[in-house]
Amino acid sequence: MGKCCCGSDCQDSRFTEILEQYKGKDGVLIPVLQKAQEIKGYLPEETIRAIADYFNKPYSEVYGVATFYAQFRLKPSGENIIRVCAGTACHVRGGKKILDKVCSELNVAPGETSADGKFSLEPVACLGACGLAPVMMINDTTYGRLTPEKVTEILAKY
Amino acid sequence: MQIYRGHVLICAGTGCVASGSKKVQAEMANQLEAFNLENDIKIVETGCHGFCEMGPIVIVYPEGIFYCQVKMEDVKEIVEEHLLKGRPVKRLLFRDQMTEEMVPHYRDIDFYKKQNRIVLGNCGFINPENIKEYIARDGYEALAKALTQMTPEQVIDEVKASGLRGRGGGGFPTGLKWQFARDAKGDKKYVICNADEGDPGAFMDRSVLEGDPHALIEGMAIAAYAIGSDEGYIYVRAEYPLAIKRLQIAIAQAHELGLLGKDIFGSGFNFKLNIKEGAGAFVCGEETALIASIEGRRGEPRVRPPFPANKGLWGKPSNVNNVETFANVPRIIAKGSQWYAGMGTEKSKGTKVFALTGKVKNTGLAEVTMGLTLREIIFEIGGGIIDDKKFKAVQIGGPSGGCIPEQLLDLPIDYDSLISAGAMMGSGGLVVMDEDTCMVELARFFLNFTQMESCGKCTPCREGTKIMLDILERITKGEGKEGDIELLESLAKTIKSTSLCGLGQTAPNPVLATLRYFRDEYEAHIKEKRCPAGVCTALASYSILEDKCIGCTACARVCPVNAISGEVKKPHKIDPAKCIKCGACAQACKFNAIVKK
Repeated sequence: MGKCCCGSDCQDSRFTEILEQYKGKDGVLIPVLQKAQEIKGYLPEETIRAIADYFNKPYSEVYGVATFYAQFRLKPSGENIIRVCAGTACHVRGGKKILDKVCSELNVAPGETSADGKFSLEPVACLGACGLAPVMMINDTTYGRLTPEKVTEILAKY
Repeated sequence: MQIYRGHVLICAGTGCVASGSKKVQAEMANQLEAFNLENDIKIVETGCHGFCEMGPIVIVYPEGIFYCQVKMEDVKEIVEEHLLKGRPVKRLLFRDQMTEEMVPHYRDIDFYKKQNRIVLGNCGFINPENIKEYIARDGYEALAKALTQMTPEQVIDEVKASGLRGRGGGGFPTGLKWQFARDAKGDKKYVICNADEGDPGAFMDRSVLEGDPHALIEGMAIAAYAIGSDEGYIYVRAEYPLAIKRLQIAIAQAHELGLLGKDIFGSGFNFKLNIKEGAGAFVCGEETALIASIEGRRGEPRVRPPFPANKGLWGKPSNVNNVETFANVPRIIAKGSQWYAGMGTEKSKGTKVFALTGKVKNTGLAEVTMGLTLREIIFEIGGGIIDDKKFKAVQIGGPSGGCIPEQLLDLPIDYDSLISAGAMMGSGGLVVMDEDTCMVELARFFLNFTQMESCGKCTPCREGTKIMLDILERITKGEGKEGDIELLESLAKTIKSTSLCGLGQTAPNPVLATLRYFRDEYEAHIKEKRCPAGVCTALASYSILEDKCIGCTACARVCPVNAISGEVKKPHKIDPAKCIKCGACAQACKFNAIVKK
């Protein structure tokens, strides 16, 4: 295994493999950023720079893409990612109370990570599970028909 | 091939999985084995049945018995009683909410009775991860027909004659759009599917992707043949991991059978399909922004013309349609345009899938023939309002649409009738609201959404939506001023006429529609500092009804700011100057003595 070219001493060759996989192809910036974030959990500045250098693009362009889309994180996230649905169906069925409960239980605001690093609360427009409103997702698991009391129970499982 | 005497269909759509259908499925496999039935009864993992409220849903065939809200503990009883002894488990059957009667059969349930499931015809019946089940229900027959018996022009003429219009919101005639892409000059053309279902409150595309992915693939292949393209992209939201997984499986299986790839059906037609994962930006539902995103750039829209039909992906002619539109195509080609055009209203043909949500008893996906009334959808399919409260309005078309009040409930739904009522079809989200919904707050909610999702490229949308949001926030906080309504109207007009793309052009719609039908609520907020629905906290006031209060002191003990005073066993009082309107007292009171106004 060679040294990683992400700019840090992570000794992880997976990042280099991703760059090579997309070399010379068109429209690869978003998938490369997605895969890089999968490995690292977020997109540190040196990684964005390394991607820009590798694909011969200005740093501003890559940074511009990384900050345009809600999916990309420029700061490290917590162990678990919570997304509380803010869609219309959840809104009229009390989604705000669910969000408030998550915020008060973890003492975080939307977009923040809890002090113990266990949870990050990320904004999301709609999870598309409107039939079960109000809904939240923790990592890849969807929880529906929530009440503030259920939130406490669910968070305790993590 | 092994023959089974019965099939157990278990929904594996996102809704039912969230309600625990995976555990039910695992237990079903265990129990079938325990009763030695594993060679008699087959488990089929299906896509969404649309009745998410009642999930996890289990249907037993050949009888078609419909079990709802099945828990792991119920499985043994279903296997032992029903599958072994032939006696359906009554307590798990669906109960009609009006008559309280049990409805054992799928087709007799009110939720399904009025529906006309064409696009959703396979969802919930086939295993979406097995292409053979799609083929067994005449899948890929339409593609074979198009490639071997029809010219591209004939395909386009057939789609034109069917009257199919874009299901993503705009309602542009699909056949005409294909014609433009076919007529455009270019050596390379692309077919693109917009599966970036971003409207909050809509999830029909998700169900098609998860429940019947081959219908989309077949529709796209037919479109590619018609316009002269050999490559397609499906742009899917990253928030839909299951949809992405099922699409990947479906594409791989279609390749294996030669239904994608080179020389399909020996016709010389080649078609390659790629999946592009979105990265979370609502504006990417706009076609030029979506194309920019596929190209790996910021998803910002650009001025049209040139339209994508002439200059699209990588500058080549491209045709963009939404999932539901493509999923209609195989049915039109297979059964003919006459059949399709025979359904619906004069200018809106076929069916539309609506996502019925909010304060309605039966939430889920309902596919109905165009021209059905809102009353039929909400009160017959949807079963009416939760807790039998009073219906107030239904929001249709998401953040680009508007609300329809009670007096227009008998409006037959089609593209044009909705526009004239100040709403729009949009993607088909129907969010039902009862008397407890504040329409000003709802408008604020939508503006907050569009303002956050505005990409910032053009000024009217970026600045205008922000100013409208500021005004609405002030009004809901009780700081509204004379002239605010007029200012909102004038801003709305400017934003609508000068924004670059559909996001900005439709962003003011929720405000205009609520102003049109519920102007008095705005006025109550501004002039009387009162929220008629009692939703806006800043305008609410709590008081204690003397005749109901027994002086138990429960309210005073929970009040975080000590705003409640009174002697034990005597009526208490709330000091409005201290009250922060948190509502804790009303929740603590066991005698309904505390009212919010």
